[in-house]
Order: sequence, then C-alpha cells, then structure tokens
Amino acid sequence: MVYFIPPLRGLSFAPVGRRKGKQGMSERLWGILTDSFTKILVPGLTMTLPLTAIAFFFAMILAVFMALVQFAHVPVLKQLSRFHIWVFRGTPLLLQLYVVFYGLPGLGVIIDPFPAAVLVFSLNEGAYCAEIVRAALEAVPPGQLEAGYCVGMSYLQTMRRIVLPQAMRTAFPSLANSLIAMMKDTSLASTITVTEMLMSTQRIIARTYEPLALYMEAGLVYLLFSTVLTKLQKVGERKLGAYTAKDAHVIYPKRRPWARWWR
Amino acid sequence: MVEVKGVRKSFGGAEVLKGVDLRVEPGDVVAVLGPSGSGKTTLLRCMNFLERAQAGLLVFDGKEYDLQKAGKKEIAAIRQKTAFVFQNYNLFLNKTALQNVTEGLVVARKVPKAQAEEAGRRALDKVGLSDRYDYYPSQLSGGQQQRVAIARALALGPEILYFDEPTSALDPELTGEVLAVMRQLAEEGMTMLVVTHEMGFARNVSNRVVFMEDGAVVEEAPSKEFFERPKSQRTRDFLRLIAQE
Repeated sequence: MVYFIPPLRGLSFAPVGRRKGKQGMSERLWGILTDSFTKILVPGLTMTLPLTAIAFFFAMILAVFMALVQFAHVPVLKQLSRFHIWVFRGTPLLLQLYVVFYGLPGLGVIIDPFPAAVLVFSLNEGAYCAEIVRAALEAVPPGQLEAGYCVGMSYLQTMRRIVLPQAMRTAFPSLANSLIAMMKDTSLASTITVTEMLMSTQRIIARTYEPLALYMEAGLVYLLFSTVLTKLQKVGERKLGAYTAKDAHVIYPKRRPWARWWR
Repeated sequence: MVEVKGVRKSFGGAEVLKGVDLRVEPGDVVAVLGPSGSGKTTLLRCMNFLERAQAGLLVFDGKEYDLQKAGKKEIAAIRQKTAFVFQNYNLFLNKTALQNVTEGLVVARKVPKAQAEEAGRRALDKVGLSDRYDYYPSQLSGGQQQRVAIARALALGPEILYFDEPTSALDPELTGEVLAVMRQLAEEGMTMLVVTHEMGFARNVSNRVVFMEDGAVVEEAPSKEFFERPKSQRTRDFLRLIAQE
C-alpha cells in the first residue's frame, strides 16, 4: 500500500536514509492515522454527539420530573420514580441495551439501533440525574418556599420561579459531570450496532491491524469532545450563577486564553 | 383588627402553644417578648399559616377563620392582607433586590410589570436602598437584606406586618439601621406585630407588649406600664435579668 501525504512527509520519524528505498514504518502509520481521522471524527459528529445530546435532553426532562414528584411527595408518582431509579441504577447499562435491542424483539417489539440507544441512555441517565436534581432541590433553604407563600405565590409558582432555578444552579456541575460520562458511555452503543466512534475505529483496525495507534486516536477525539463540553460547563455555570458572585468582577475574570487552557 | 383565640400547637409530644389569645388593633405596634422557646415565633407562624395550629380561631377584619382547618382560598385571603419579615430575611437568592420586591406583585397579584417596578423602587427608596436595586442578596449586607425584606413586605400593601425577630441575626450597628426603618413605619401608623428581643424597640416604639413564657401569655400591657409597673413576678424577674446586662 502506498500512501501519498505530502504535508506530513517532513514530519516523518523515519531515519532520512531509509526514506528513499522503501516506505518507513512510521510513515505508513502516519498515513493510516491521518486517513482515518475523518473516518473517526465524522461518526463522532453524526452519531456520538447527537446520541448524547438527544438522550441527555430526554434524560433531563425525566430527571427534573422525577425529582420534583419526589420532592413534593406526590403519591404513586413518587413510588414509580423510586422504582425506576432503583432498576436503572441497579443494573448494568450494557445489559439494559441488550434487553431493549436483543431482548424486546422476543416480545415482538423491534426498535432500530439508534432509537433503542436513545431510549436506554435517556432512561438510565434520567435515573442518575434525578438523584442529582433531588439533592439540589433539598439543598435550597426551606425559607425560600415560605417567603414565596408570604408574598402570595402558590407552591407551583414558587417552585418554578424560585426553588427550581436555584436547585438547577446547584445541580449544574454534577449534571455536566454526568453528561460527560454519558458521552463516553455512548461507545457501548456499538454493541447494538450503532456505528458510532468506537465501532468506526474498530472497523478501521480490522483493515489495518494498528489497534494501539487507532484506539489512541479515537481516545483523542473523545478527549476533544469532553474538552468542549467542559468549556460549555464553565460558560453555563457563569451564566446561571451570576447571583452567587459577591462582585461583578468575579463573574468576568480577565481573559487569558493561554493560561490553563486545559481546564 | 386581628385577633387570635385559643391557639394550640404541639410538635411531637411537646406542647409549644397552650391556648394563646392575642389582639392587635389598627395602628397598634405590638411587641411580643419572652425567653427562647416560649412559643412567640410559632404563634406568629401559625397566624400566617406557615405552621398549622391544632386548634384556634383567627378573626381578621371581622371574619372568622379556623386556624386548623382553613382551606387554600381562606389562607390566600389572609396572606393577601398580611406580610411577613423573617429572622433570616429569606430573600429570593436568585433575584435582585428590585425583583425580590416585584416578584410577588407580578406573579401573585398580576400587577403589570412596569407598575410593579415603580412600586418596587418606591419601597426600596423608602428603606434607604435607592442605590441597590440591581444587587443580588449575596452582594448585600445583613442589614441591607433585611431592609429589602421589609420593602418586599411593604410593597404588598398589607394591613398588618408580621416581624419574626427581624434583628436577631444582625450586629448592633446593622440592627440600628433596621430598627430605624421599623420606627419610621410605626410613626406612619403601620400596624405591626413584632416578635423581638430588642428591649429598646419594645419600650420606645411599640405601644403594647405581650410577654410570653412556656406557650402562654404571662402579661399583656401598654409598653410604658409593662416596663415601669410590671404586674406578675415572672415579668419582674425577666426585666431584672435584662437590666443587669
């Protein structure tokens, strides 16, 4: 196989002397890596990220709902939420994927790979996030609700305008944590034939037999994604938390992009 | 104007209020004194349904309400005519000073936003916070927060203001600025029921004092009389202890 990649020629690690005759080992590897980069990145952008975003969206709706009915002690719904959380936190995510994709067809329920993955990730992530939101709700001082009553607001009005916004600010870093964890866990969707990043990488490895380099490359793309998510977390925290800052100067620190870029 | 009769309340097995009667006339400033655990705060909270009494009657503007069984609508009607200032301010932490004041007006009373903001600014001006409209509670001192809380209560245009130890969380200097606002309100004829440990306020600002102990009213008298010619032995002991400080 001959790889022709002009710009990278100068970067080759191969000794100069060997370059003329046959192609150097590392040069071949560079070729594979640069060639496969888009083949890993594109499934990442079209599968991994959409799966993460859609599933997390539904997970958040489920989580806030389950947290609120527990916080307000709504009969039946509270018990249902506890049951849901008990089941989805107590069994492996991989098993849940298998049950939905390989098990449910036995009952005549056939779901396509991608929707099946969205369903399982939403339900699973919703269970974990519900606990985060519930804890944050309970951390809001009870006086906030009482103050709402005393200015004439109803329970629902106070929850929606006062308590929930404060709880979401508290929950935000933990929720971002969960989001990043789930983004990486979407690699499990490869086991139910979703062609996301890991599966694409494995296909390239099957052709090229370079597992170390290619898995590392896929890892770098995951790292890139999680770095972006971490950045978004920072921005979100800043926006949501303006009211927790003692001073406006703290909200917008000096811009020094070169300092601590990895954060 | 506001009267409660036979208020009873217990938490678990402990009886906190043992049949308390209390009466506030329009324009009255009533100070409720008493040692910690005497049930002062619980009484105030029961009067605004923040706590459910096990028995008792509330007469507000001639209408009777059952403190134990009042329904949602009745509670809403009572709260519409009252306002509450808490010991720990309980400002909405995610709202600015001005939003704290307008929130109840806009959301609960359906006042148009512009009109509510005007009323909010007027209320904040009144408590001396014209330069703090857009500050969040975390950016304000304790005294300023309590004054925002008073402005929030005032903006609702209540017939009576309830204060639950409004200065207990403040140092003497900040206490002074909050008491000054309360004194001003008293001079304007605002009806107030104040649970407090501030003897100066009870003596100089309030016109009547209610002294409570162990969930019951021990003595009730005009302020001057209470401090100069206390009737019961218990009140005399209490006042002597305070005088020693």
